[in-house]
Amino acid sequence: MADITEPPRESFRLSQLLYDARYRSLTIQVVAAILIMLLLVELVDNTVTNLAALGKDIGFGFLWTTAGYDINQQIIPFSSQDTHARAALVGMLNTLLVAFLGCILATVIGVFAGVLRLSKNWLVARIMTVYVEAMRNTPLLIWIYIVYAVMTEATPQPRDFREGGSASMYLWDSVAITNRGVYIPEPLWGAGSGVVVAVFLLSLLGIFALRRYARRLQEKTGQQLPVLWISLGLFFVPAILAHFVMGRPITLEYPELGGFNFDGGIQVRNSFIALWLALSLYTSAFIAEIVRAGILAVSKGQTEAAFALGIQPNRTMQLIILPQALRVIVPPLISQYLNLTKNSSLAIAVGYMDVRSTLGGITINQTGRELEGMLLLGLFYLVTSLVISALMNVYNSSVKLKER
Amino acid sequence: MKKTAFLGTLAVAGLAASIASAQSTLEQVQDAGVLRCGSNEGLAGFAAPDANGVWSGFDVSLCRAIATAVLGDPQAVEFVPLTSQTRFTALAAGEVDVLVRNSTWTFSRDTDLGLDFKGVNYYDGQGFMVNSDLGVASATELDGATVCIQTGTSTELNLADFFRVNNMSYEPVPVATNAEGQQQYLAGACDVYTTDVSGLAATRATFENQADHVILPEIVSKEPLGPVVRHGDNLWGDIVYWTLHGLIAAEEYGVTSANVMELASAPTANPEINRMLGTEGELGAMISLSNDWLVNVIAAVGNYGEIFEQNIGENTPVGLARGLNAQWTDGGLLYAPPFR
Repeated sequence: MADITEPPRESFRLSQLLYDARYRSLTIQVVAAILIMLLLVELVDNTVTNLAALGKDIGFGFLWTTAGYDINQQIIPFSSQDTHARAALVGMLNTLLVAFLGCILATVIGVFAGVLRLSKNWLVARIMTVYVEAMRNTPLLIWIYIVYAVMTEATPQPRDFREGGSASMYLWDSVAITNRGVYIPEPLWGAGSGVVVAVFLLSLLGIFALRRYARRLQEKTGQQLPVLWISLGLFFVPAILAHFVMGRPITLEYPELGGFNFDGGIQVRNSFIALWLALSLYTSAFIAEIVRAGILAVSKGQTEAAFALGIQPNRTMQLIILPQALRVIVPPLISQYLNLTKNSSLAIAVGYMDVRSTLGGITINQTGRELEGMLLLGLFYLVTSLVISALMNVYNSSVKLKER
Repeated sequence: MKKTAFLGTLAVAGLAASIASAQSTLEQVQDAGVLRCGSNEGLAGFAAPDANGVWSGFDVSLCRAIATAVLGDPQAVEFVPLTSQTRFTALAAGEVDVLVRNSTWTFSRDTDLGLDFKGVNYYDGQGFMVNSDLGVASATELDGATVCIQTGTSTELNLADFFRVNNMSYEPVPVATNAEGQQQYLAGACDVYTTDVSGLAATRATFENQADHVILPEIVSKEPLGPVVRHGDNLWGDIVYWTLHGLIAAEEYGVTSANVMELASAPTANPEINRMLGTEGELGAMISLSNDWLVNVIAAVGNYGEIFEQNIGENTPVGLARGLNAQWTDGGLLYAPPFR
């Protein structure tokens, strides 16, 4: 009884790495990792060797040399004497602009289309089905070309706006739609306009506070405030009052026909409109399907329960269906935003000067730094996508199911 | 599965890259039996496919001449249409053997891009084309104009310089190809189209109302256009260089596609012609070709003057005068080194 049978202590043998199930997976992983590393080393080495054979080195010094070319759409000032790095930055900002506005418009159109596709009205539902299927089953590039062709071929030249010409401006001579872009009035910020802006921001804060107060009040007492009307009033009235009190500091500069083009105002270029609309329309079709799936995922019992409580149909959608549907909608929505951002690199098709056209196009071509340029381009899209994902994940965690 | 595909891709990429540098360009072309020539996507008179899909034009003829020199067949050319943006990358990556695409010889392209320009087949300069309705007589009156410009070209840089030096503003409308530029210009989306004058003339030749468009008198740059090869393969560079200058010398000495066979049948009184056509000396062997290589070339495509007149000369729709592109004996810049 005294001798307890201990399991015989086996010494570790090398063959165990292959035949012992405890170690085998580890062995395979280590071997695979080494192989991948070797291949990566070989790939980098091969690239460097072949570039050297072509007489090329790898370096990023070209970024600090003079770009020498001009960019038409600039969010920050840029001249041909600035560096390639600044040209790349101008391009990045243009990419971010079209991606940001594209995501907003795509979401708005997508939610409308998705909800309307579930409409009980046969005609509305069918029209939306046709819209969604037509958009998502054709290549994006075609839509970019279509919008661009319409904008450049079907609109008048600036010359036609001269006296006796065939074209005229819209909205009391403030907007001109031409084949070079849409010219809209530009606000000029005179002295004292800072006060007006401050008042406007304060009233936005006021609206926010009001909505909080109204929600608290309703939760506590059940009393409902006419939030919408008060908000609208707060939105417009204080800012307009401030504007007149300060002696109308904010004026509008209207576009006027100059020598070759319209002068003054803001020119929204056709290349931008084409890319923005095409990206939005295309992505909205996918978003519509995501929204529809999200709504259908909320069980019918929820609607019936809401109706049984006497809640009106539109309040049901707003308060009961959509908040639950959002949990299903938001994660795939993130990937649509990422798609839209990356698809914006098709900009070169219509000559929109995004980062692909500046850094990945002209700069590469003028300096011959294809590898470096493409690496930087890839890095930019990677970082942008990760940032968008991170921001959307924050939003996702605010709508996802709270487990208490 | 995903990992396997990834590794496979890596291996293939590495393999392809290492094979590319193993053979000389001449051996590659002779093994393939076809010359891959980087060309324009369509510029009337210089390089454009006709209704039957057969490429013809001034630049195309040079490709056919090189193909004849190396392979003995002017049809053994695969034309790879390249945009102004992709052309140098395609050449550097080995997708084409030679690039003949209205490319301007500049310092940085010759050195930093790792390319070699092998002579000049057309001396050009950048100009501006406008609609005559605008009433513009000089490029210095273009302040505030909208200008269509092919991206990735040297003209893009000249344009920026020209407007900056003259203190004028302009709005660039970048286009990817000549066809796109033409469409934008005709639609009135830009007031001005700028590129090399030869390109403007070739583009205008395709317009319905050619008289409505004027090319302004200012030439704002030097644009020597020539064939380009990769840096480092000197034999291949020599073949391209001497094929082009063989065509130029042939015009100088009066060798044409009509009389080349007769002149090559027996030594003539002119020793330079004899050496060119291989009836005297061993010049062809020095560049790894047969001694009568230039005979076949001239018989197939004609001399420089014939190529010029056929494709872009004054009797064609493009209608370019010889100008700088005349022989040095006629006051032009064409000057072939001696065949000796």
